[in-house]
Amino acid sequence: MKITQRTFDAVIVGAGGAGLRAALQLSESGLKTAVITKVFPTRSHTVAAQGGVAASLGNSEEDHWHWHMYDTVKGSDWLGDQDAIEFMCRKANEVVIELEHYGMPFDRTDAGKIYQRPFGGHMSNFGEKPVRRSCAAADRTGHAMLHALYQRNVRANTQFFVEWMALDLIRDADGEVLGVTALEMETGEIVAFQSKATIFATGGAGRIYYSSTNAFINTGDGLGMAARAGIPLEDMEFWQFHPTGVAGAGVLITEGVRGEGGILRNSAGERFMERYAPNAKDLASRDVVSRAMVTEINEGRGCGPNKDYVLLDITHLDPKVIMQRLPGIHEISIQFAGTDPIKEPIPVVPTCHYQMGGIPTNYSGQVVAPRGSSMSVAVPGFYAAGECACASVHGANRLGTNSLLDLLVFGKSAGETAVEDVRKSVKAHKPLPQEAIDRTLARINRLDTQKDGADVHQARLAMQRTMQNHCGVFRFADKLKEGVSKILDVQKDVERAEIRDKSQVFNTARIEALELENLIEVAVSTMISAEARKESRGAHVRDDAPDTPEHPNGRDDVNWLKHSLWFKEGNRLDYKSVKLTPLTVDTIELKKRAY
Amino acid sequence: MTHRTMQFKIYRYDPDKDAKPYLQDIAVELDSTDRKLLDAMVKLKAKDDSLSFRRSCREGVCGSDALNINGKNGLACLTDLKDLPGTVVLRPLPGLPIIRDLIVDMTQFFKQYHSIKPYLINNDPPPETERLQTPEERDELNGLYECILCACCSTACPSFWWNPDKYVGPAGLLQAYRFIADTRDQATSERLDNLEDPYRLFRCHSIMNCVDACPKNLNPMRAIGKIKDAMVRRAV
Repeated sequence: MKITQRTFDAVIVGAGGAGLRAALQLSESGLKTAVITKVFPTRSHTVAAQGGVAASLGNSEEDHWHWHMYDTVKGSDWLGDQDAIEFMCRKANEVVIELEHYGMPFDRTDAGKIYQRPFGGHMSNFGEKPVRRSCAAADRTGHAMLHALYQRNVRANTQFFVEWMALDLIRDADGEVLGVTALEMETGEIVAFQSKATIFATGGAGRIYYSSTNAFINTGDGLGMAARAGIPLEDMEFWQFHPTGVAGAGVLITEGVRGEGGILRNSAGERFMERYAPNAKDLASRDVVSRAMVTEINEGRGCGPNKDYVLLDITHLDPKVIMQRLPGIHEISIQFAGTDPIKEPIPVVPTCHYQMGGIPTNYSGQVVAPRGSSMSVAVPGFYAAGECACASVHGANRLGTNSLLDLLVFGKSAGETAVEDVRKSVKAHKPLPQEAIDRTLARINRLDTQKDGADVHQARLAMQRTMQNHCGVFRFADKLKEGVSKILDVQKDVERAEIRDKSQVFNTARIEALELENLIEVAVSTMISAEARKESRGAHVRDDAPDTPEHPNGRDDVNWLKHSLWFKEGNRLDYKSVKLTPLTVDTIELKKRAY
Repeated sequence: MTHRTMQFKIYRYDPDKDAKPYLQDIAVELDSTDRKLLDAMVKLKAKDDSLSFRRSCREGVCGSDALNINGKNGLACLTDLKDLPGTVVLRPLPGLPIIRDLIVDMTQFFKQYHSIKPYLINNDPPPETERLQTPEERDELNGLYECILCACCSTACPSFWWNPDKYVGPAGLLQAYRFIADTRDQATSERLDNLEDPYRLFRCHSIMNCVDACPKNLNPMRAIGKIKDAMVRRAV
């Protein structure tokens, strides 16, 4: 069947921070650019980021990008690629200042400069003591950033396709990416977007877990599309559980609360982080804090009637500071925990928050995949940035505030690289292979005609429970093995999911079913990659890889200092080496990680 | 609140199959963990997957799930179930064309937002570092920049219902003032010119529905008053 085709120089999928930052690069360069987004841009999940964006501006005390780089490598448990990490940390000041020039309403110091607060894992002088590096707009940094970026795009006249869902990547026989197919929600029409550069900025997929800080729209659409098109997914076993999700509700409470002086307490009122991280205490990195919290709960020192959460205490802070620096947290706490944090501590539990892995890229934003004897060859015409991409700057554990930095730096660099590549190419657009379009149409047709299939809601729930129970903060060899077979069973249900709503007009049941097809790719890749990695590193901690003198923290650098690559076809795994050589400075040498 | 049953009357209209809109009667069993109206709506959708509404962050920052709840505009994710009566009537935001069920066409709303040039205008060459702003100057933006563009205010405003094509509406005007109030912005005079018109600004008759409707406790009417003050100041 023939479908409508639209032609652009570049197509960006996703209008969160990374997509909007890339869009600016393309629009301002004068290329004909389309941004496809499931939701109006300011509804993207970047809006929910709270605590800040990292940059070693040194507005309140001495700081240096090299210290930031050290912290990021250490935070990543040495799985991050040191070239990409150096690139990101060196670019941080530039992209944050740009954002200020775009109009972002950062809080200010008395000298009128951008306000900075301490954040977990960010230290001065190569790990010595916490440093003020997180540039913040109260506790609404993501909201302020997303709106500023959207506003700048309004100025740049960027062309948006709002409430369109990208469905499949279009690749030709040579592996070149030629665009995407997409569905207009309002009409149900499917259109092929032809482009010389396709940039994925589709965000995370935290909705694979039952308890998540993520928005409903975080369904890993870019990862699903990439996987179906034969692109591997990198380091999918590494998921960040944020220490402070509101118990029961999952809503995020920023680490900035601890940056402003908040303290985690167990049922005895003890500041237990002093035992787990004597130096950084409550500002240790997220994987460390989450594990400490779960250990406290498992050992019977949890709070509440079921002893299943701990408390985040800011009652000792000046109420004026709370209302000035943490007004959003005050509101969230009252709304979702039913407690006024000025008077009572907030019940919190570790909650799935961020996907460290993703579509493999280099620091220029090009998607890379194995080809011939090389493990990282750029896929022509394909770029990715932000949470959907794996550069890899976060490795096995991301530091707070590095996600907003990641999307600015790599949104910009992916945009810049795409502009260069499009300008270099003198050839006309290649024709779109009909098979790629037929694959999309077959998926839609399958959904429209499925009889006696599985219920979307039930299949999604089964996936989320399986991930939560088999692949959480602490992982167990037998549970992982069982998890693999369970998640593959769920996948069979997803393949025959049925919707009752057959309308062409804004059919959200169809959208949810299509999203589930993306989520399940992410869930399967996560479980299989996690089952296979027989060590503990960063956010991936297994019972059969304990802390020993030979393997501190259970990390096994001899066998596992490498990135996982999962391929959808045959659920095959492969591995590629970690880039330990930075761009200009010396390698940050491997050592035991302690805070 | 364990296993309470809640009755809903929900505005339904699918142009693909319905000749005209109707109110659907539907009930849902709530669990003790269901706190917000959106929790109940997600359960309703699991029962009837054709029920269509927008939602995303479920924590009141993305602005997707604005609707009319028992006659009042609000966000489903910030509306406590315990505060709702036994029967809840859900309708789309008033005054905008309806695409389907609770999903409205927000084109006109965003057109008005875009009309106020919602971006910082400063034509000086950008400095190497940030443009300085004192904490007090920055405080002027509080109560303005937090807007989530949910449209609860504008679609509660009778002036916007009458003239959605000509009157900017409270959401757009709140943002107009956000840039006027920003010491880094140089286009105050141009911004005031853009609003000095019988309709764009002056259709505000201080009805105050906007203040009542805002789920973020912002005050568009105060911002509108400040724009009017600025116009008076420059006239004398």
